[in-house]
Amino acid sequence: MTEPVEGTGKHGNPLNSLAIGDDCLVLSHRLAEWITWAPTLEEEVALANLSLDLLGQARALLSRHGDEDELAYLRDPGEFRNCLLVEQPNGDFAHTVVRHLLYTAFLFELYGGHPEDEVAAKGVKEIAYHRDYARVWTLRLGLGTEESHRRMTAALADLWPYTGELFEDDPGLRAPWDAFVGGTLREASLAVPETGQRTGGRRGEHTEHLAALLAEMQSLHREHPGARW
Amino acid sequence: MVTLEEARAIAAAVPDPELPVLTLGDLGILRDVVRREDGGIEVVITPTYSGCPAMDAIRDDLRRALPGASVRTVLSPPWTTDWITEEGRAKLREHGISPPGRAVALTLSPRCPRCRSPRTRLVSRYGSTACKALFTCTDCLEPFEHVKEI
Ligand SMILES: [Zn+2]
Repeated sequence: MTEPVEGTGKHGNPLNSLAIGDDCLVLSHRLAEWITWAPTLEEEVALANLSLDLLGQARALLSRHGDEDELAYLRDPGEFRNCLLVEQPNGDFAHTVVRHLLYTAFLFELYGGHPEDEVAAKGVKEIAYHRDYARVWTLRLGLGTEESHRRMTAALADLWPYTGELFEDDPGLRAPWDAFVGGTLREASLAVPETGQRTGGRRGEHTEHLAALLAEMQSLHREHPGARW
Repeated sequence: MVTLEEARAIAAAVPDPELPVLTLGDLGILRDVVRREDGGIEVVITPTYSGCPAMDAIRDDLRRALPGASVRTVLSPPWTTDWITEEGRAKLREHGISPPGRAVALTLSPRCPRCRSPRTRLVSRYGSTACKALFTCTDCLEPFEHVKEI
């Protein structure tokens, strides 16, 4: 592995390109799982495009650490540094929307604080659209029917425990994230849940969902070593 | 051997695989054409979006148009729709695709490319490619794609 050269962001920490690259890769794969399952054709196209943006960012970030294919396809779960939030299953559409809101609100602040990093400087413009997509769906579902409101509330309760981990490396991102996420939830008449917190992803201690995701993502490459995309 | 000037013109005229009405020059993704130390040509391009799946096809098309040329991809400065040329915007309009406005706000709604009405409605933020959104004109009911500002 080559040692990446990284600058220092506004908040004084370098961009953790291995952890964020893994976040982008895992979330990209989750979104791609919606293909042929999305509720409407427009959402299918949108989710595929969100997935592609994240895959592009993952490739650029991970290639700083070695061969992108080896990193994606040949590491075991314990070697991945992604946060627990992005590996959580798609669930219903509400879970996917809430996961995307919580994560991209974080990534938007993180990238925005690293104008010296070329992936972040480019990615922040893309993630602005992701965050907006998730915000609009949060409003629509939160203010929609009793059923959609109930599903959003359930998704928030399931996913909120994984939000604290996002700020382990850079606690300074918490306040702007709270302002955006809290404001969006209020506007959508959804309550911020009070739950305990679970961490471990950044140390390689994952939920059982990552192993299942990787088994699928890596199966082709492990069966046919050297296959390229 | 082609001159640098000729090479630049050839590279700029290569059509974009996803928006074939536009050339790489129109889109602003052709950043530079330079002479390598060994005398060969190097073409410098930048992707529109990080995950643009057309980059491999673009590299192949450039190497076919300029045999012996190498292609380098850069991410910085990040591509912006402000780099789409006036000619590129006119071509988009002619083909029923609404060109981007100035890359500042997410909220400005584009004019209908068919009847020019400003009364249009966003249907989806993502169209057939990451760079386009889907709109409908509330006056003439035309559905159309809009190259969104970035
Ligand atoms: Zn119209």
